[in-house]
Amino acid sequence: MTDVLAVADHRQGSLRDVSFELVTAAAKLTEQTSGDLHLLIIGGPVEEFAEKLNLQGVDVIHTVDEGMEFNHDVYVQAVTQVYKAVAAEYVVAPNSANGLDYAPAVANTLDLPLATDVIGLDATDATLAVTREMYGGKVATTNELDGSAVVTIRGAEWPMAAETGTASVKTVDFSLDEGSVGSRVTGFRETTGGGVDISEADVLVSIGRGIDEEENLNIIRELAESLDATISCSRPIVDSGWLPKNRQVGQSGKVVTPDVYLAIGISGAVQHVAGMKGSDTIVAINTDTDAPIMDIADYAIHDDLFDVVPALTEQFQ
Amino acid sequence: MKALVTVKEVVTVGDEFEIEGTEIPPQYLETELNEWDSFALEEAVQLREADVIEEVVTVTIGPESCENTIRQALAKGADRGIRIWDEALEDVSQLDVNAKTDILSAVVESENPDLILSGVQAGDDGFGATGVSLAREIGFQWGAVVNHLNHEIADGVAAVRRELEGGIEEETEIELPAVLTIQSGINEPRYASMRGIRQARQKELASVTLTDLGVTSDAVTPELRLTDMYEPETESAATVFEGDAEETAGRLADLLENKGVVQ
Ligand SMILES: Cc1cc2nc3c(=O)[nH]c(=O)nc-3n(C[C@H](O)[C@H](O)[C@H](O)COP(=O)(O)OP(=O)(O)OC[C@H]3O[C@@H](n4cnc5c(N)ncnc54)[C@H](O)[C@@H]3O)c2cc1C
Repeated sequence: MTDVLAVADHRQGSLRDVSFELVTAAAKLTEQTSGDLHLLIIGGPVEEFAEKLNLQGVDVIHTVDEGMEFNHDVYVQAVTQVYKAVAAEYVVAPNSANGLDYAPAVANTLDLPLATDVIGLDATDATLAVTREMYGGKVATTNELDGSAVVTIRGAEWPMAAETGTASVKTVDFSLDEGSVGSRVTGFRETTGGGVDISEADVLVSIGRGIDEEENLNIIRELAESLDATISCSRPIVDSGWLPKNRQVGQSGKVVTPDVYLAIGISGAVQHVAGMKGSDTIVAINTDTDAPIMDIADYAIHDDLFDVVPALTEQFQ
Repeated sequence: MKALVTVKEVVTVGDEFEIEGTEIPPQYLETELNEWDSFALEEAVQLREADVIEEVVTVTIGPESCENTIRQALAKGADRGIRIWDEALEDVSQLDVNAKTDILSAVVESENPDLILSGVQAGDDGFGATGVSLAREIGFQWGAVVNHLNHEIADGVAAVRRELEGGIEEETEIELPAVLTIQSGINEPRYASMRGIRQARQKELASVTLTDLGVTSDAVTPELRLTDMYEPETESAATVFEGDAEETAGRLADLLENKGVVQ
């Protein structure tokens, strides 16, 4: 019997999808170990969240009514307190920006091994096997660990739980040690607004690090013009200052769903794919035949973009 | 104030490679300064140029062969470097977050920095956790996925922005001393100038062992046992256009016409 404590993720009054994915991942673990699944909701409209997360497989929902927004000190204290109180073995948290801001501190506080960005979980009573990727998704690994652990799960790897459940809801008797809170959120801002809205485009010509240098963007501009398409890009292009943030597709950029997405010199890192996998038709132009983008491409050209892109533009002139 | 920057030499894998057991043979591997660490380093150097920080020290866990990479960091403006290596680390195929935390916390104890900057993640093992784990271990405050830091640090409080998902940033105030894990795009990392490269040769690069740091080899015994390594199954169902660029471009043009993208 191994109990699992899963920690929900939310922002600005809404649960994030990964909260429902966590339930699926953690429920599978407790099925394997015949343990109980405890779900922890910290902050926000906790009662409303508890109702939404009362899903099949969840045994107990614990709520900590402390603030509306995320604060890592509150999370670390709440997770460690509840973990001890329910005598759970595993903590399952999202590998989100917030998960990354508290899960390592929880593991450190509880002196537990930590596996992050996990894409597969398999438990027996004594051992947990986790699947992770390395080298930007080129390699997958299995790691085994004994006893308790903290794991963070990658988003969109597990389906979202949807069936209503019969969990009991408990309010945690939580007392915050105010003295240990050393950071405070002062606001939020949007970064991808203004100018062109790539999420509205029917056709996106999207460029990645394969373009090498800023001046080479010209061939992409010519192509986009001849197709009457909109230009978007992967993160390194924005990081380099070659295109503005509102052109970035991905987890920390925009989610796009065009009819046609041309991924040119883009490897298809998970954070990029998160933003474009819903595109109707995906075409990848990449020299690497095994680039992860090939997994979701409908059409592929395994060739140098500097040869293919000008040749393509020529077809329309 | 003093800044400590964690600098890792990461392994990259070429397009073609093989896996033997739980390892990729060295002929398929290359190394480079971790992408995210170069942003962290640049931020520290800019802070020193803004007179917020007096000294920028880099710390690396790695064998002697990674000194070239550390010299790059010194050439880009770090004042001195520390490299930690030990026999006990030689056979460890993957260093757990907790092991890195123990090692780095011993360095913090002797260096006493006010600000620690580390990359959000390392491009090879992708744990994305060492900075926050370290902060907790040494009792510093922290912020993960920081993509903006106000260089006017007043009253021991740093104003940062944390990058959340979906184009949202969180504005947060963090008390110092603190660890910030730096996201790409926070600045524009500079190239090492010829002068910088020359100067880097003269800069101190200390090598220390676990024993020097008072860390026992128990601390680096893996908690995560790497039992399998494989290439993820490609589920590619893509129709591949074959031929030279003219032919493939022609096929793609036909496709785009069929999809009504162009008339
Ligand atoms: C917290 C976090 C959030 C992130 N958010 C995002 C996000 O929102 N969006 C995003 O895109 N990334 C994001 N990233 C970064 C992401 O992990 C990758 O680093 C990034 O997507 C890689 O971009 P890329 O594919 O352009 O570059 P690379 O991965 O370097 O790939 C370049 C590709 O180009 C190919 N290539 C090179 N030369 C040629 C040529 N001449 N012809 C054809 N092909 C060529 C190569 O084979 C390779 O596949 C995030 C990372 C983190 C840690």
